[in-house]
Amino acid sequence: MPAPIRLRELIRTIRTARTQAEEREMIQKECAAIRSSFREEDNTYRCRNVAKLLYMHMLGYPAHFGQLECLKLIASQKFTDKRIGYLGAMLLLDERQDVHLLMTNCIKNDLNHSTQYVQGLALCTLGCMGSSEMCRDLAGEVEKLLKTSNSYLRKKAALCAVHVIRKVPELMEMFLPATKNLLSEKNHGVLHTSVVLLTEMCERSPDMLLHFRKVWILVPQLVRILKNLIMSGYSPEHDVSGISDPFLQVRILRLLRILGRSDDDSSEAMNDILAQVATNTETSKNVGNAILYETVLTIMDIKSESGLRVLAINILGRFLLNNDKNIRYVALTSLLKTVQTDHNAVQRHRSTIVDCLKDLDVSIKRRAMELSFALVNGNNIRGMMKELLYFLDSCDPEFKADCASGVFLAAEKYAPSKRWHIDTIMRVLTTAGSYVRDDSVPNLIQLITNSVEMHAYTVQRLYKALLDDISQQPLVQVSSWCIGEYGDLLVSGQCEEEEPIQVTEDEVLDVLEGLLVSNLSTPVTRGYSLTAIMKLSTRFSSVNRIKKVVSIYGSSIDVELQQRAVEYNALFKKYDHMRPALLERMPIMEKTASNGPTEIVQTNGETEPSVPDTKHPPLVTQPANQANDLLDLLGGNDVVPVIQTTLPTKPASAGGELLDLLGDLSLSSGPAPAPSVPISQPPFLLDGLSSQPLFNDISAAIPPMTAYSKNGLKIEFTFERANPNPNIAVITIHATNTTEADMTEFVFQAAVPKTFQLQLLSPSSNIVPALNQGSVTQVIRVLNPQKQQLRMRVKLTYTHKGSPIQDLAEVNNFPPQSWQ
Amino acid sequence: MMRFMLLFSRQGKLRLQKWYTATAERDKKKMVRELMQVVLARKPKMSSFLEWRDLKIVYKRYASLYFCCAVEEQDNELITLEVIHRFVELLDKYFGSVCELDIIFNFEKAYFILDEFLIGGEIQDTSKKSVLKAIEQADLLQEVHTHTHHREKK
Repeated sequence: MPAPIRLRELIRTIRTARTQAEEREMIQKECAAIRSSFREEDNTYRCRNVAKLLYMHMLGYPAHFGQLECLKLIASQKFTDKRIGYLGAMLLLDERQDVHLLMTNCIKNDLNHSTQYVQGLALCTLGCMGSSEMCRDLAGEVEKLLKTSNSYLRKKAALCAVHVIRKVPELMEMFLPATKNLLSEKNHGVLHTSVVLLTEMCERSPDMLLHFRKVWILVPQLVRILKNLIMSGYSPEHDVSGISDPFLQVRILRLLRILGRSDDDSSEAMNDILAQVATNTETSKNVGNAILYETVLTIMDIKSESGLRVLAINILGRFLLNNDKNIRYVALTSLLKTVQTDHNAVQRHRSTIVDCLKDLDVSIKRRAMELSFALVNGNNIRGMMKELLYFLDSCDPEFKADCASGVFLAAEKYAPSKRWHIDTIMRVLTTAGSYVRDDSVPNLIQLITNSVEMHAYTVQRLYKALLDDISQQPLVQVSSWCIGEYGDLLVSGQCEEEEPIQVTEDEVLDVLEGLLVSNLSTPVTRGYSLTAIMKLSTRFSSVNRIKKVVSIYGSSIDVELQQRAVEYNALFKKYDHMRPALLERMPIMEKTASNGPTEIVQTNGETEPSVPDTKHPPLVTQPANQANDLLDLLGGNDVVPVIQTTLPTKPASAGGELLDLLGDLSLSSGPAPAPSVPISQPPFLLDGLSSQPLFNDISAAIPPMTAYSKNGLKIEFTFERANPNPNIAVITIHATNTTEADMTEFVFQAAVPKTFQLQLLSPSSNIVPALNQGSVTQVIRVLNPQKQQLRMRVKLTYTHKGSPIQDLAEVNNFPPQSWQ
Repeated sequence: MMRFMLLFSRQGKLRLQKWYTATAERDKKKMVRELMQVVLARKPKMSSFLEWRDLKIVYKRYASLYFCCAVEEQDNELITLEVIHRFVELLDKYFGSVCELDIIFNFEKAYFILDEFLIGGEIQDTSKKSVLKAIEQADLLQEVHTHTHHREKK
């Protein structure tokens, strides 16, 4: 049997193949040769054959029949065999393979081999791809090697331990003693891998983290090592562009980050070194900036003092001006993460960030866009919007939807004037009209409705836009709706904001009818325009024309259009007397309390004056249900409690019992099924009325009160009396937060004595922003038919600075007018 | 941690793949194909970083070879560039002005060097000298065995 061809020979041969088919043929031929060689159990050339197999594997050809051969190579005594064998194992024998575990014994033997390079091979293989079982079996060996004085092995053992811990976290404990004096090593390899090991342990185990922080007092040790690196002179072995061992520096900074997080003492201990690194690191090359970047990440994550934080943000600001786009990229990413917490500091770099909108790199543009939106406020809205609209004009389609949404949101929050707002919307609709999200149409309609004085201007601008372009559906839909609504203003030529245009009724109807027949219009758009035409029947005089159009569509193929047309036809015939009332101008729509896509009734030109009914946005439904649970617990076999103005500690009164019941309340315990508590499904007390109390004249008579104020959380109650039922008190809670951290997952629950009925509506949000930057509002309706003194037990839950907080409180100081 | 490293040519030929997490062969092939497409489509003026699936990709082109690493959210992209550069330096020192052909014809040696530089995606030794010395010694060990073996054969 001739000797199998050498590896390099094979590679050369395969590379001469001119087609894929030719290559495949060569590979198949060689594979066949290799297979028979394997079958002959040839020890001499096994290594060569496996190497060739690995090459073919890299080209994409199957190589599983070489798995067992790798095992044989590993078991061989020859170093060459072992080298290729272990390489083959790492490429072909990952933990998903059945025969993976067969390696365990060999690896165990090799971990104890007399030659450190063999031990190294074993450690490397185990550390790269050992399965959980293998790690369990061999952890002891690794631990042993972690204690050796041979730094070549020690560093590898450390990384192997990292892998073991990743695979089998429970084994972490056993490595603890061995790590004790790792940091006193001089060898940089051991130092680096030790820091990686310590980092892995800290990240996975809070107990370990605490132990390192408090018992080992790791921070000063790390600070010392870092300091030595910076202060020491030139060390050729570890120097990279004038910086001493940047890899180690970065790893130490990362470990410091984890140790300093949420710990004042540790953060303080590292303050100086961070400032030193931040100010002294050479920034001309990437390597220096890599260290600065890690430093900034650390500063932002620990409890650093404000001076240090400003320093960090300024570094990021400088990064933004760097020619290297990689540096700009990481700067934008980091700024995006900190813009909420360090808003003012980031604002200072606003113009640089806006310039990045013009960058050629897509990722940089995206980040710059997100950051720009985060930085928009009342002061800079005009300037920022100009830049962002320009960006919207010229950006790639993938950005347009997000940018348009962002513009709408920002405009809604900070518009300096109604005219500006409408102009901005128009600009977005005309330049990116096909990319705006579907829900923006109803939002815009609502906005336009509420800007009463701008109606004439708006409809005129929208009409002109329609004349130019009817392809962008959202624009067309909003325009049709407005023309239907305000067509009378359009033809009357009254417009204060700009030169009024002269347009006749027929011209308007031409445009709307054009939309109906155009291929560009979607069915939804057609619906909008048909309804608009119908509405104009009460605003225009050319009713006959409209009648004709409507009757034509009575036989439209589109079912939706047909239905509308038929109904509108009926309006003309049988119900003509109702038509003017039905097609009246829309009332101003109340904005519901929710943010974001509001649950506006899709008006779409509905003929009934749309009363926003009591369907609530499905934002947070739990509070209402949990209030039910509380009330369920109040039920039971108690008689109607004697209502006295008693203190909660008096157990004799039924009122006291009531409150004690709530005192034992815990959400985890199943509530005793309340037999006949009618409160379990509180009916909508005020059907048919909007969620906001519309009648505020009585509210002035009832003074607001502070219901709760503790730990920075303050809850105020304001009152309205809901007409027409004077037994219903409508209370709006306002929750504010004076601390410097947001209160998230905020849930407000309330329970009242049995004679009352309570309904809790959805809150405006469940984050109470820090430093009184905003409030959470929620409406409570209390039915008090017996006119008894109002009392309430409230339960608050929220997350503050990472810890969950829960509190129960009594609210007894209701002003008499609220229940009398 | 580094999840994987790929080396590939501008024509989309894979020259080295090192995976630090257990992944099915089928998935590996898919990911490699996808990622090569994404990276090869990048223009020269673009940054070396991009987001792909839930990972961060750091890549750099050295002559005709792309060096591509996938790292996790919390990893430092800038230092990853330095890791790539260090690997290239090691290859360069070992092969003497390394070029793609060296890596093609000596792929197993490229792996040996990588495995002496990184374990589990992390750097074992930050000293270039130390890594190169270890490879040198291991090569010697290999030679001794081969030499002995050939002597025996005769």
